[in-house]
Amino acid sequence: MSAITLSVNGTTHRLDVDPTTPLLYVLSEDLQLRGPKFGCGLSQCGACTAIVNGDAVRTCVTPVSRVNGATISTLDGLGTAENPHPIQKAFIDEQAAQCGFCLSGVILTAKAFLDKTPKPSDAQLHEAMSGVLCRCFTHQRMIRAIKRYAEKTV
Amino acid sequence: MKPLMTPDARLALAQAGFSRRRFLKGAGALIVAFRVGDAFELAESAFAQGFNGTGNPQLDAWLAVAADGWVTACTGKGELGTGLFTAQTQLVAEELSVPLARVRLVQCDTQLTPDQGTTSGQQSHPTNFRNANLAQACATAREALVALAAARLRVPLDRLTVKDGVVGAADDATQHVTYAELVGGKNFNLTISGTAKRKHPSQWTVLGSSVRRLDLPELVTGKAEFVHNVRVPGMLHGRVVRPPSPGATLTGVDDASVKGMPGIVKVVVKNDFVGVVAESSWQAIQAAQRLKVTWTTAPPLPDMKTFHDRMRTQAGSRDTLLVDSGDVEATLKSAPTVVKSTYVHPYQMHGSVGSSCAVADVKEGKATLWSPTQAVYPMKRTVAAILGLPAESVRVIYTRGSGCYGINGADTVTYDAALMSQAVGRPVRVQLSRRDEMAWENFGPPFVIDQRAGVDARGNIIAWDYEGWSAGMGGRPGYDTPGNVVTGLLVGFTPQVASPRSPAPAPTEPLNNSSNTAPSYIVGRAGGETHGAGTVKSERVLSHSLPSPFFTGPLRAPERFQNTFAHESFMDEIAAHVKADPVEYRLRHLSNKRLAEAVRRAASAAKWEPRPSPRAALTRTGVASGRGISCVVYEGDNGYVAAIAEVDVNQDTGTIHVKRIVIAQDCGPISNPDGIRNQIEGGALHAMSRALFEEVTWDNEKVTSVDWRTYRTFPVGFDIPSVEAVLINQPDEEATGAGETSITAVPAAIASAVFDATGARLRQMPFTPERVKAALALR
Repeated sequence: MSAITLSVNGTTHRLDVDPTTPLLYVLSEDLQLRGPKFGCGLSQCGACTAIVNGDAVRTCVTPVSRVNGATISTLDGLGTAENPHPIQKAFIDEQAAQCGFCLSGVILTAKAFLDKTPKPSDAQLHEAMSGVLCRCFTHQRMIRAIKRYAEKTV
Repeated sequence: MKPLMTPDARLALAQAGFSRRRFLKGAGALIVAFRVGDAFELAESAFAQGFNGTGNPQLDAWLAVAADGWVTACTGKGELGTGLFTAQTQLVAEELSVPLARVRLVQCDTQLTPDQGTTSGQQSHPTNFRNANLAQACATAREALVALAAARLRVPLDRLTVKDGVVGAADDATQHVTYAELVGGKNFNLTISGTAKRKHPSQWTVLGSSVRRLDLPELVTGKAEFVHNVRVPGMLHGRVVRPPSPGATLTGVDDASVKGMPGIVKVVVKNDFVGVVAESSWQAIQAAQRLKVTWTTAPPLPDMKTFHDRMRTQAGSRDTLLVDSGDVEATLKSAPTVVKSTYVHPYQMHGSVGSSCAVADVKEGKATLWSPTQAVYPMKRTVAAILGLPAESVRVIYTRGSGCYGINGADTVTYDAALMSQAVGRPVRVQLSRRDEMAWENFGPPFVIDQRAGVDARGNIIAWDYEGWSAGMGGRPGYDTPGNVVTGLLVGFTPQVASPRSPAPAPTEPLNNSSNTAPSYIVGRAGGETHGAGTVKSERVLSHSLPSPFFTGPLRAPERFQNTFAHESFMDEIAAHVKADPVEYRLRHLSNKRLAEAVRRAASAAKWEPRPSPRAALTRTGVASGRGISCVVYEGDNGYVAAIAEVDVNQDTGTIHVKRIVIAQDCGPISNPDGIRNQIEGGALHAMSRALFEEVTWDNEKVTSVDWRTYRTFPVGFDIPSVEAVLINQPDEEATGAGETSITAVPAAIASAVFDATGARLRQMPFTPERVKAALALR
C-alpha cells in the first residue's frame, strides 16, 4: 500500500491504496464516482476515460501510482443535470445518447481534444474520436453534438 | 421481506409514492389493477396488497392516481437505452391528461411492477401502447376520473374535457375539479377495463411529439445509476474463472495458490463454476488470475473454415416447414428460368461496450438482485433455481446496464453474483472481464441459406424455395432453463437444444413469420390462411436447426437479420437477372400495402433513379459507386421498413465506403419522432458494423474474438454515412416496434449497392476486403 494524493473534480483526496491499482477502481470504488466505467480493461473502448492533467486518459490501464498528485476530472465533475457543462448541454440538445454507457469516453475525449485543438478539421476530429466506441451507434448525433459545442463554445 | 435498497432505489420509491402506509392510512388513491391467474407470482408482493387495499393477492397494480394529483405507473418493460422510459412516461401523461412532470414511472422490479416477461424483440410498443396493459390502464383511470367529475359537477360526460389533471366543463369555465380533489381521502380500486376508450392519435399533445429523453441530463453528467455503480453496505467484489474452452470440466482448484493475497474472502466452487470473492475489484481480478485451476481437455471445436459447409450435412437437425405449397419442385422444373444462390452468415456477438455486471445480496434464505437483465420475472425464477431458494424469496430489481441488443452477459453475470453472494453471505458485485463477456455470451446464430426462384417468361417470380441451416444452443433462460447461459451450465443445468426431427411435418398452423424465415414476396399460405406480404404462390420455406458448439441467443433482430440479408439480396439477384429496376421489381411482387409504401417513400427520399442493376459502363478497377434497396415486414406484422444504401467500392483494395443510408419506416402511430430517429440511425449503423466487420472467430479449442482488436467494429470517429430517416406516421394503425427494423434491412441494401457499383455479388457476411476482392474476381 502507498499514500496517493489526487485532486478529483476539485477535491483533494489522500488515499492509502495498492499502487498497482488501475485509476479506474480508485475513482469508481474508493471515490464512488459514477462517470468512469469499466468497458474492456484494455484501453480499447474509452468507457473509463477521465481527464488527467488535461489529457484524456484510459483509467482502466493507468496504475494509480503513475498519476500521484494529478488533477483529474470525470464526467461527474464536469457539470450537473441542472447545470450541465456546455459540451454536456450539446449532447442533450442533440439527444446524442442511447444507453449512455460510453459517454465518459465520447464526451471527455472530445473535450480534452477540443481544449487543445479548438478549431479542428473534420479529419482531425474523426482521428481524435477513432479510439472511442459506442455500440448503440449514436455516432451521427455524437459528432453533431461535439461540433455544436466546438462551434459555439470553444 | 425488507429488501436492501440503494439510495437511488429508495429515492425512486419515495418519489414514486410507493408507500404502503401512505395508501393504507387513507391519503387516498385511485388505483387500476388487473386480475392475473398466477397467484404464486404475486402472493409475496406486499405492495400489491397495499395498492388494491383489499389484501387480495390476485390483484396487481398498473397505476395509482394519488390524492396529490401525482400519477405513479408501473411497467414491466424497461429502459435499455432505446428511450422507452420517456415514451412510456409520455403515454401515461397523454392518456391521463396530466403534465409529464407529474408522472412517476417505476420499471421492472419483481416486487413492484407487473410481470410483462422480457423487454425484447421490439415488443414493448405492441404490448404497452395498444389497447391493453399500460395504455388501457391509463384509459381506465381517466374514464373513471371523468365519471367522478361528471357526478360531482353534475355535468354530462360529453361536455367534460381534461387538461393538466383538471376536469372541466367545455362550455363553462367555472365548472372544474382536479384529480386530486376527486381522489380526496378516498380509495378507488378499479380493475383494468377492456372498453375504456383511448385517445385517438389526432388528439395527442404529449405522445407523438419529440419529448427529450428524461434520463439524458443524468446520463451525460455521469450521475445516472448503472448497475455497475450500485453500492450496498458490506459489498464485496467477485471475479469468475471460466473454463479454457467450451466443454472443459473442472478437475481441481488449488485454494493455496491465492492464500495470503490481500483482500481475499473466498474461493467459490460449485460443480464447474469457479469464482473468487475479495474486498475490492482489483484484488479479485489479481486473485482470479493467480488462482490455479485445472480442467479437462475438451474435444476439439469444429473447424471454423468448414463450419458452414458442415452444417448442411450434420446429423440431428430439427426440421421445420413454415410453408409448403407442395408444388415448388414442379413449378421450378417448368419455369423458363431458375435463379439460385447460397448465403452465409457468421456467429456475431452483442458486444456490449460495458462488460456485464450485477450485484446480489443473498443471505438468510432471501435474495435481492440488481440486474441489467431484460427479464426480471423470469430471472426471479431461474435465480431461485440456481440458489435452491423458493421464487418468492427472490427479488430482482432491473438496474440499467450497458446497451445489450439482446442477451449479452447480463443474465449469466446475475447468476455469478448470486452464487458468490450466497457462498459468502454478503452482498457481492461481479463484473465480467472483456474476454469472459465476449467468449461466453450467447452469440447470434450462424446461417447457411439456399434459395431458388422460378421466373416466368414475363420476368415474374412464380416459385420461391428457401432452405436454411442454423446452429443453436441455449438462449434466454426464460422461467425454467438457467442452463441456457454459461453460468447455469457450469453449476449443472442443461442448455436447451432443438430436439431432432426429420423430415419436417407439413405445416398445419397459419404462417408465423416471427423470425422472418419466409421472404416478403410469397403469399404465405399455411393452415388454410394466407399471411405473406407478397404474390408468389408456389412457395416452400424449410429450416434446419442444429446443435451449436457455442451458446446462442437473440441478438438485435434475431434470425430476421440473417434471413432478410439472404431474402433481399436474392430478390436483387432475381431483379438483376431479368434486368428489372430493383424498386419496381419489389413493388411488382408485394401485396402488403404498408411495405410497398415504405419502399416508395424510401425511393422518393433517396431520389432513386429507376434502372436495372448493375449500372451501365462498369469498370474493373478504381472506385465505383452504386445504390441498393432492401425492405422487410418485421416479424410479419411488427414494423414496415425499406432501406436504401449508397456506396463507393474501391475495387483495388476491396473496401466499401457507405456514403448514405435512407430509411423509410412505418411503425404505426409514432410515440416520439426523435426517439424513433435515434433508433433508426443507431440500427442502420449497427447493421453496417455487422455487415462490414463483425464475425466471431475460434480455433480448435476456444473463441478467439475476445476483445475489440479481434472482434471488429467501427469507432465514433469512423467516416460514417449520413443516415436519413423518413417517418411514415399511421395514426389509425396499431403501434409496432421500431428498435430492430432498420438494422434488419440495411445489410442487403449495402450488398446490393456493391453489386450495382461493380457487378459483384456479396453472399457472405461480413463483407471484408478479402471477400469483396474474391467476389470482384469472379466477375
